[in-house]
Amino acid sequence: MTTVTAPAAMEAPAGPAPARRTARLRPVVRALSLLAALGLWQLLTTLDIQLWLRFDQFPSVADVAREFGQRLGDGAYWQDVTDSLRRIVTGFLLAAVLGVAAGVAVGRSRWAADLIGPVLEVLRPVPAIALVPVAILLFPSNEQGIVFITFTAAFFPVLVATRHAVRALAPVWEEAVLTMGGGRWRVLASVVLPGALPGIFGGLSVGIGVSWICVISAEMISGEYGIGYRTWQDYTVIDYAGVFTGIVSIGLLGWLTSTVVELLGRRLTHWLPRREGSATS
Amino acid sequence: MSTETDISTTASRTDLPTPGARIGLTDAELGRPGAAVLHGVDLEAAPGEILTVVGPSGCGKSTLLRTLAGLLPALAGQVTQDGRPLTGPGADRALVFQEDALLPWRTARANVELPLAIRGLGRAERRATAEQWLERVGLAGLERQLPHRLSGGQRQRVQLARALAGQPRAVLMDEPFGALDAQTRAGMQQLLVEVLRGTGATVVFVTHDVDEALFLGDRVALLGAGALTGIRTVPRPRERDARADPATVALRHDILESLGPRTS
Repeated sequence: MTTVTAPAAMEAPAGPAPARRTARLRPVVRALSLLAALGLWQLLTTLDIQLWLRFDQFPSVADVAREFGQRLGDGAYWQDVTDSLRRIVTGFLLAAVLGVAAGVAVGRSRWAADLIGPVLEVLRPVPAIALVPVAILLFPSNEQGIVFITFTAAFFPVLVATRHAVRALAPVWEEAVLTMGGGRWRVLASVVLPGALPGIFGGLSVGIGVSWICVISAEMISGEYGIGYRTWQDYTVIDYAGVFTGIVSIGLLGWLTSTVVELLGRRLTHWLPRREGSATS
Repeated sequence: MSTETDISTTASRTDLPTPGARIGLTDAELGRPGAAVLHGVDLEAAPGEILTVVGPSGCGKSTLLRTLAGLLPALAGQVTQDGRPLTGPGADRALVFQEDALLPWRTARANVELPLAIRGLGRAERRATAEQWLERVGLAGLERQLPHRLSGGQRQRVQLARALAGQPRAVLMDEPFGALDAQTRAGMQQLLVEVLRGTGATVVFVTHDVDEALFLGDRVALLGAGALTGIRTVPRPRERDARADPATVALRHDILESLGPRTS
């Protein structure tokens, strides 16, 4: 990942042994970084720091941990988690399938680009959360509205990434398959989809993040149960430890889902030339 | 100027499994619409013949090949295969590219299996045929490597195996060894001659290297200044020691003369 050549050249003679040692150290460094952040939080809240930013009302790490521990034993918490996960998984999968399909269509066919391109371009800048009124009008229940908003949030990043990836494919790959007697479906299955996959996963990674933003916001506005709904409820009754439990839960679930997307992407694009031990998230 | 001879009898590769195609261009104008690069091209490759095409960069060699492959329609005139007009690309005309045309997500073997899968062969047969071809081009043991793990020469061997595995009736080669170093290139030319021996395919081989054209070709077509400027018959094709032959030396001189600037 180094763009400057000089330091890379200086690293090179060091050989593989130190590189392996740094690789072993990396999980330790990561854990320490997380612990340091928690330590800072604990410090700021127990010392009731008020330096323009006011931490005196904040629950401490210990308070949140206690609250979190209690909720983990409570069925209502898991109900909220499964509700939010069901919404995001449904919306995101719909967005993945339809986003890739629309991206391929727009990227490959002039007709598709002319017919659905303009509509998509006008809808794209609209923040998904601004569609809450639309969702309420459109769907018989809030549940479907929330899934719709989550879907819309992830759909556009996936669409745009797919379209770019499809247009960037090397023409020789397609020509090679055509001169083997392959038709358009063969080109699609053997060249377009596998070739665009690295780009598609870029869009999916962005999409899953935006999906969380939107599922939580939608739940706060119109949800019945779900992490976002619970967090807002706790805020209205001034249960700040509860609010932070919600925030931590969202963070962990978001991290979990992006890791799943990331690992799946890495597995499906294992053929990409990668630098040994290159940066991973 | 050009010495036209009947080459249909010169095909030395007899008892062939797939008869080579007769591919031809008649008074053809080639290029992209509004940007024709070649005019009035009359050219025919006889079944089983190796026809090499030489010319400076940008003279339309690749356009000629893509037209013969059916990827580009002729702007005027006719492109034919065995006398019938060509309608599009197909499995009977394989194209070997100068640039890396292997699918990078497929292993060497999976790349060679692709034309076989398109032909509808079963899994076991596909695998066996692909491995046979990879062995024939000297890549036994590297079947499971991804293209980026192979050298430039090895990748071109895989491309060659992939092109021939589909049993095409014509192989169209677009400077396939152009990016290789001189030594690898000589080895690849030899390999090409050897692997082609078992097939009956007609070959059209485009290159900017006159020596390569003279070594591989039964005939050499000369391209320049937007047109086909001549066709020469090679006295002793595919013989390394023919290079020092007075006839070859004279032909080489003649070709360089008609390709290069008049002042040389």
